[in-house]
Amino acid sequence: MTATLNESVHGGATRQAGGLPRLLPPAPEDLRGHVARYGQTPYRGQTGLLIGDIEASGLTGRGGAAFPVYRKLAIVARARGRKVIVANGAESEPASRKDELLLRVAPHLVLDGLQLTAEAVGATEAHLYLHTAPSPEILRALAERSARSVDMLQVTVTQAPPRFLAGQESALVNHLGGGPALPTFAPPRVTERGLGGAPTLVQNVETLAHIALIARYGPRWFRAAGTSAEPGSMLTTVYQPQGHCQVVETEIGAPLRTLLPSGGETQAWLVGGYHGNWLPLPHATSLTLDNAALRQYGAAVGAGVLVALPSDRCGLTEVARVTGYLAAESAGQCGPCLNGLPRIAAGLAELAGRGHRKQVRADVERWAGLVTGRGACSHPDGTVRFVRSALTVFAPEISLHARGQCSATNRRPFLPLPDGIPTSEDDWT
Amino acid sequence: MMSDTLRVNPINCTGHGVCAELLPELVSLDEWGYPIVDPSPVPAVLDREARRAVAACPTLALRLLKSDQPAAPAARPARRAPAW
Repeated sequence: MTATLNESVHGGATRQAGGLPRLLPPAPEDLRGHVARYGQTPYRGQTGLLIGDIEASGLTGRGGAAFPVYRKLAIVARARGRKVIVANGAESEPASRKDELLLRVAPHLVLDGLQLTAEAVGATEAHLYLHTAPSPEILRALAERSARSVDMLQVTVTQAPPRFLAGQESALVNHLGGGPALPTFAPPRVTERGLGGAPTLVQNVETLAHIALIARYGPRWFRAAGTSAEPGSMLTTVYQPQGHCQVVETEIGAPLRTLLPSGGETQAWLVGGYHGNWLPLPHATSLTLDNAALRQYGAAVGAGVLVALPSDRCGLTEVARVTGYLAAESAGQCGPCLNGLPRIAAGLAELAGRGHRKQVRADVERWAGLVTGRGACSHPDGTVRFVRSALTVFAPEISLHARGQCSATNRRPFLPLPDGIPTSEDDWT
Repeated sequence: MMSDTLRVNPINCTGHGVCAELLPELVSLDEWGYPIVDPSPVPAVLDREARRAVAACPTLALRLLKSDQPAAPAARPARRAPAW
């Protein structure tokens, strides 16, 4: 499928309740346009001051983990000496496109957030970590800010290797330190001992953009959208069954059926990307896009990847293909993940074929149980979440395949994967 | 309670299996030879054996953590997206 980013979807949209869209201007904005819209960067003039506003806003991390942002900030703010802040735009989840779009249309919002958060925690060094070479928009934004002396800290831009785990916090710190982008075992967390041993704050670029707005308009404004437990808006990458994808800013807690179609052309929903959950239709149509609602189904919003899988594809084939990718993306550092994921992937490939052996499904379930909770990072757990929910949602398809049949009428791959999956160890650097 | 819990650093662990031999009460091996440790606090009667297993690990992957540290709760159903 071709994924196209349709920017007009935000710009042309009429303002919704809560003043959406908040993050995405109608067209890429230069520094002049940015300042005209939002005003100057509202520095507080003192470390720590902004953290109270962020706590009151209830902002959670938009990179997938939904961790309360102020807590990480408070830990780093308490430390003394050299401190590092990193804006994480690695977006290594292949189906997610929201950080890429945000960095292109609103680079100054992200960079404002980076500077304001750096001030709040007393950071002495700032980085921007990207999954591709920096776009012309980002380079221009950095040059404009430098020329106008907007920034308190100079920003170093680094490109991540094209690996699924390259955006994981400890992998990112390893890569910035000159090593391979491989996760490490916590504790210590990077907030305690990160880049070069310094306390390091890693925040997703969308999280920083929200901070730039909270610093201007306050927590009460921020809470005008979203739910009381999970306030604000979030960027989602939405795949329609016809094959196109759009980045949509939506309120947290919005009904999923307003974002994804559930009619005859759609057979199931995927929420939370390739570490996320398959949800069955029509049962999922009553759900809302927030962790409190999704938790009952073992699901989470993650980084906001939402997929409507078309009815003409084979769900098992799609899941087997993505699981093969996830297995290849294991860092290979932890025995259970290194051994379990390829076996799980092979089991799914067999299920996606015709006339699989009877015990394969039980094997996959057992291996899934064996890898859960036993990795240094959450890759095995996330992969298992994706696989287990697929075994439930696509159970009728498994029965069909056992009898040598398949419901698909269209064999073209649907879920996006990067071209040319890297397999050599050099690809981590 | 001053009891400790066992924790494996899965990156350092290369599956020698010494821990499972010295402490079969709390450590078993999965089908690939990697340890599955009992996540509950080490009972006092096994304290000495647990310390011996930790000391014997050839890659220093096995550790005893104070229980008052926020160790991962046992067997909680996974529900979270990746932490990044």
